Amino acid sequence: MAGPVLSIRDLTVEIPTRYGILRPVNGVSYDIAAGEILGVVGESGAGKSMAGNAVIGLLSPPAHIAGGEILVNGTRIDSLQGEAMRRLRGKEIGMVFQDPLTSLNPLLRIGDQLTETMLAHLDISRSEAEKRAVAALEEVGIPGAAERVDSFPHEFSGGMRQRVVIALALCAEPSLIIADEPTTALDVSVQAQIISLLKRLCRDRGTAVMLITHDMGVIAEAADRVAVMYAGQLAELGPVRDVLTAPHHPYTHGLMGSTPLASRGRDRLHQIPGAMPRLDALPDGCAFHPRCPYGQDRCKSDPGPRITDGDGRAACWFPLKQEAVA
Amino acid sequence: MLAYVIQRVFQSAIVLLVVGLVAFSMFRFVGDPIDNMLGQERTQEDIERLRTTLGLDQPFPVQYYKFLSGAAQGNFGVSYRQGRPVSDILMERAPATLELAAVSGFLAISIGIALGVFTAIRRNGFAANAIMSVSLIGVSLPTFLIGILLIYLFSVELGWLPSFGRGETVDIGGWSTGFLTSSGLQALILPSITLGLYQMTLIMRLVRSEMLEVLRQDYIRFARARGLKERAVNFRHALKNTLVPVITVTGLQLGSIIAFAIITETVFQWPGVGLLFINAIQFVDIPVMAAYLMLISVMFVGINLIVDLLYFAIDPRLRADRTAAH
Repeated sequence: MAGPVLSIRDLTVEIPTRYGILRPVNGVSYDIAAGEILGVVGESGAGKSMAGNAVIGLLSPPAHIAGGEILVNGTRIDSLQGEAMRRLRGKEIGMVFQDPLTSLNPLLRIGDQLTETMLAHLDISRSEAEKRAVAALEEVGIPGAAERVDSFPHEFSGGMRQRVVIALALCAEPSLIIADEPTTALDVSVQAQIISLLKRLCRDRGTAVMLITHDMGVIAEAADRVAVMYAGQLAELGPVRDVLTAPHHPYTHGLMGSTPLASRGRDRLHQIPGAMPRLDALPDGCAFHPRCPYGQDRCKSDPGPRITDGDGRAACWFPLKQEAVA
Repeated sequence: MLAYVIQRVFQSAIVLLVVGLVAFSMFRFVGDPIDNMLGQERTQEDIERLRTTLGLDQPFPVQYYKFLSGAAQGNFGVSYRQGRPVSDILMERAPATLELAAVSGFLAISIGIALGVFTAIRRNGFAANAIMSVSLIGVSLPTFLIGILLIYLFSVELGWLPSFGRGETVDIGGWSTGFLTSSGLQALILPSITLGLYQMTLIMRLVRSEMLEVLRQDYIRFARARGLKERAVNFRHALKNTLVPVITVTGLQLGSIIAFAIITETVFQWPGVGLLFINAIQFVDIPVMAAYLMLISVMFVGINLIVDLLYFAIDPRLRADRTAAH
């Protein structure tokens, strides 16, 4: 079997500031296989988007990769610069942003935006690219694609625009898609359509997907595996059903308790006491221990165990022992 | 679209009428033309006769009406000083001013946009910061001082370029041009730099700040994430979006280039309509002043109209009536 499409090893992103170095991503490791969707969840500021930006090489300075490795299809890309990285973007790694209303250039026809992307990466003629642009729009479910290629972004609704954005991210056939909150800005009814579209396209093409979201519902719907992030670190990593129904890390447990579910009826939502620590004021030991109901002395001094593939699902000294609901 | 143009032309006509009214009422405070036209040995009868001949004894609304009805037929009256039709004098002087303004406008726009883009893309570079600092001089120094400094440096000290006049001109069908002789071209250099410098720095600073704003937008990040070349991102995506707001200011600046030409033409004794106007004021040559002011306001209003129409050409969102939004 082929190796994973994306492999992140001990990735650390640092932001030097006047008050010291912040680590929005700190020693994170995970793999995504071809055709697999990895959901990355966490609160705002947990480092989930930062990790995605690091992979595609779009960290805004002064943020930079300070350690670890990023491998795409077995090739290290974390040290690539400028033109070499540019070639990878769009070609190997596609990206879908949160807000479809602002991700498309308002002054260019969507057909032109599709063809320029293909011509930047694929060795094809302009007329071939134009043909493929129509096909790409058809594939993402835009009715009347042949006429709509000549439309401007403002002539589409939000959901349709996100379809166009997905077509743009996929048009040079990358092997990895980073979808950063792709449904957050959309209506609930449209969210489900976009998620199932993304799921179908990636399964058909065997594209690996890093699905960054804070929405547990989206994770449950789409992801195969889930990575839970807290204060720049990986808290838990595992198959989606296991993690959601029987979380091992107390943070994941708290997160699940604070997600509204229709099935849970009118019970009051559980809250995790306190707030995620600021990156410049991380506690010693496990970053979660001040809020953890199960914390013990060891948690105050020793950082949680690193999750490495194979052994250990949660970065916790005292993981909750629960059986997954079958 | 057509209705819009008609509406704008109608508005423009009203603006012109009001400008003319204000200008005409001002002339009564400039002085009495009769004083200049008759010599020392004048009698009260001479004065009264001339006043009646010129129609200056009539109330000013009547004078204004006569001026307007004449102007509508292309007849701006006869200059008090030169005794020739004002329209002939203007036609004779206009090429000098228009050529000067065209060269200055071209310099201001091309160099202004180029430097603005450069300083925005390399915003932390040494060269960009140096250009920004120097541009402060261009914004803050008054035009006449720049002109005098340039004359001192290039005409007096170095002796490279002429300090006044147009040089030799060639007459082509009533249009005297300085573009075809080397002395004419040399004579253009200093005045056009003087006239265009302020507009150039203004356009440059405007382009820079707009471009920095555009470069922060999501669609620029998305364009980068699709692996487009830096050139395409900067020029195809960013510059086009930058130009939408820049056009308004630039259009108005072109109008003021022609209006500000008065100062530059005075410093360089450039035989254009600006110098004509200054001389006309000294002599209280009302027909010349009135015609000049009307001409300038027609130009301003016309440029404004063109600017509004350019919006339609650049921004497809304003053409919403062409294809219905879905």
